[in-house]
Amino acid sequence: MLNLLLFMVSCVITNNFIFSRFLGCCPFLGVSNKVETAVSMGIAVTFVMTLASLITYIVYHFVLLPLSLSFMQTIAFILVIAALVQFVEMFLKKASPSLYSALGIYLPLITTNCAVLGVATLNVNNDYNLLYSVLNGCFGGIGFLLAITLMAGVRERLESSKIPECMKGFPISLVTAGLMAMAFMGFNGLVK
Amino acid sequence: MSLRLSTSPHLRSPHSSTRLMLNVIIALTPAAAFGVYNYGFKALMLILVSMVSAVVSEYLWQRLTNRPVRIKDCSALVTGMILALCVTPEAPWWMLVVGSAFAIIVVKELFGGIGDNFINPALAARAMLLASWPMVMTRHIDIDGVSSATPLAEGAQSQFSYLDLLIGRIPGVIGETCKLAIIVGLVYLIVSRTVTWRIPAFTILSAFVMAWIVGLDPIYHVLSGGIIFAAAFMANDYTTSPMTRGAQIVYASGIGVITIIIRKWGAYPEGATYAVLFMNLLTPLLDRYIPHRVYGHSKREAKN
Amino acid sequence: MSKDNKLSKIFLNGVITENPTFRLVLGTCPTMAVTTSALNGLGMGAAATFVLIGSNTVISLLRKFIPDRVRIPAFIVVICTFVTMIQLIMQAYLPSLYAALGIFIPLIVVNCIILARAEAFASKNPVLDSAVDGLGMGVGFTLALTLIGAVRELLGNGSLFGVNILGESYQPMLLAVLASGGFLTFGLMLGVFNAIMNKIRLKRIREEAR
Repeated sequence: MLNLLLFMVSCVITNNFIFSRFLGCCPFLGVSNKVETAVSMGIAVTFVMTLASLITYIVYHFVLLPLSLSFMQTIAFILVIAALVQFVEMFLKKASPSLYSALGIYLPLITTNCAVLGVATLNVNNDYNLLYSVLNGCFGGIGFLLAITLMAGVRERLESSKIPECMKGFPISLVTAGLMAMAFMGFNGLVK
Repeated sequence: MSLRLSTSPHLRSPHSSTRLMLNVIIALTPAAAFGVYNYGFKALMLILVSMVSAVVSEYLWQRLTNRPVRIKDCSALVTGMILALCVTPEAPWWMLVVGSAFAIIVVKELFGGIGDNFINPALAARAMLLASWPMVMTRHIDIDGVSSATPLAEGAQSQFSYLDLLIGRIPGVIGETCKLAIIVGLVYLIVSRTVTWRIPAFTILSAFVMAWIVGLDPIYHVLSGGIIFAAAFMANDYTTSPMTRGAQIVYASGIGVITIIIRKWGAYPEGATYAVLFMNLLTPLLDRYIPHRVYGHSKREAKN
Repeated sequence: MSKDNKLSKIFLNGVITENPTFRLVLGTCPTMAVTTSALNGLGMGAAATFVLIGSNTVISLLRKFIPDRVRIPAFIVVICTFVTMIQLIMQAYLPSLYAALGIFIPLIVVNCIILARAEAFASKNPVLDSAVDGLGMGVGFTLALTLIGAVRELLGNGSLFGVNILGESYQPMLLAVLASGGFLTFGLMLGVFNAIMNKIRLKRIREEAR
């Protein structure tokens, strides 16, 4: 039980997908202008990462391995993720139009979010079992949500500041992310 | 350490920012003086190098980018002084130059200068130095110049009495060892109305309570490391701390709790630096989501 | 002559004018994750260049046969084929580089540069042009990654391509090769790059005004 708890903490903080693994940087830099949209994006990513961990685990262990097709891993995973995102989009549209309108525009973007393919690949590389795979997806996603929300909060504040011309946009966001990553380093060693 | 031009309770008029910064320097002086007394000429040199290079970095940057030169507001002096007070007296002088240039240029000026940085410059520079040169930054000497472990290092807990900790007869960084000198400075800041009591008090209180909850000696943990220094001079930086009362309490309690979490379970022996930096990241969200008390409502209502 | 001219223009477009890293800021994850040394940056860039040329060529060849509606999945399948190829090649012949780049080799699939070039260029242009575009973008990406890797390696390790440059007395600034240093170095280099570009543009405007 303690191991599970430590694993969750490490997924959210010490092995944060953005600040220590560099996975999902594009949406992290691109969709963090406003806190509301950042939170929506973070929730959508968490949702898809959790489901993708579950389904790619099943695909890998019950289809690819028995057929000794594990070299097809990347192509199988990306197709599964694309189909999953499509399915989630259609399902949400029917089941919960309000959630769909909140997350809708972000869902297609998630297919090419490397955090999703990344978590699926990491699960295989690290030989996680089903429970750990799903937890890795879910709490990794929550870590992403935390990172993008903090980033959006800071960036909203930067809107009114006198940033030098050449640093506006991406450069200052990257420096901000670097300083945030430095603050996160304090939690190193929290999980051995 | 700078002013944010907004309806914050600290602010009377923008022209007083020099006065406020001078107050902070005065308040830092006892701690600095004790550091120099303790570690000798080397500590004095480090403090001066750090302050001068902070001011020079700010001057050069503002000249090079054709911005108005604002070194007269003394905020760079404060940043340089705080940075020097939280490094070990064993640090080489060039490290202070790199650190204060980083604090002023990368952490403050790139974001627009005074009042626009989202994270405390001196602390970010300290974290940068600690990440870059961990061996040098964690080398400590005691007051006789013999290298030894700080009170927070593993196995060192029983060597020091509360009195040692209070008056600073311990190995540590230049300005954080003598808690008495820091408290004198803090009292001056509060009496001169440079800062309010709320953030320092809640930071120390929450660290005390948290240490007690997780089974550490609360008095020992409050008196050792940088928690009191952080509470007095870093946590209540105008720019990077929240402005409303409720948000300030959450912010300060977060600092105390995270400090103890890092001390108890983290890889670093001291967590106050990172705790303040982490809560700096939360400040914009705290300001936004913890409602402001509207005038006319009763105090009790706001506290709930 | 004009044909050569056009090709060199396409090539230079990828290397400089629309440099994927410094101008378009695409593919940021590998840009920061693998650039802890110049060699890793070069290796990542070379792998991405291989995939770019391959996918651009094949997609350009197939551009008349791929139905518009399923083009994105089709592109991804093509890209993925090349990624799997380079992955297996590196695993066999460059195991240490493969280990250093780790998960970021399979993740080339979701690198936005490659899909963006397939969508914006290869699906609309003839084969040779597309291949040259892939090469140009790839070289631009490789140069940028190698440069960032070189800066980080020099600061964080005192060496370049594994050869000690700054001597024994240099105390390496470890931060540069940590995650936080990746963000900071890339951000600051991007700022410097923008400042230089702004200067050049201003100069040009002034000369034209004269």
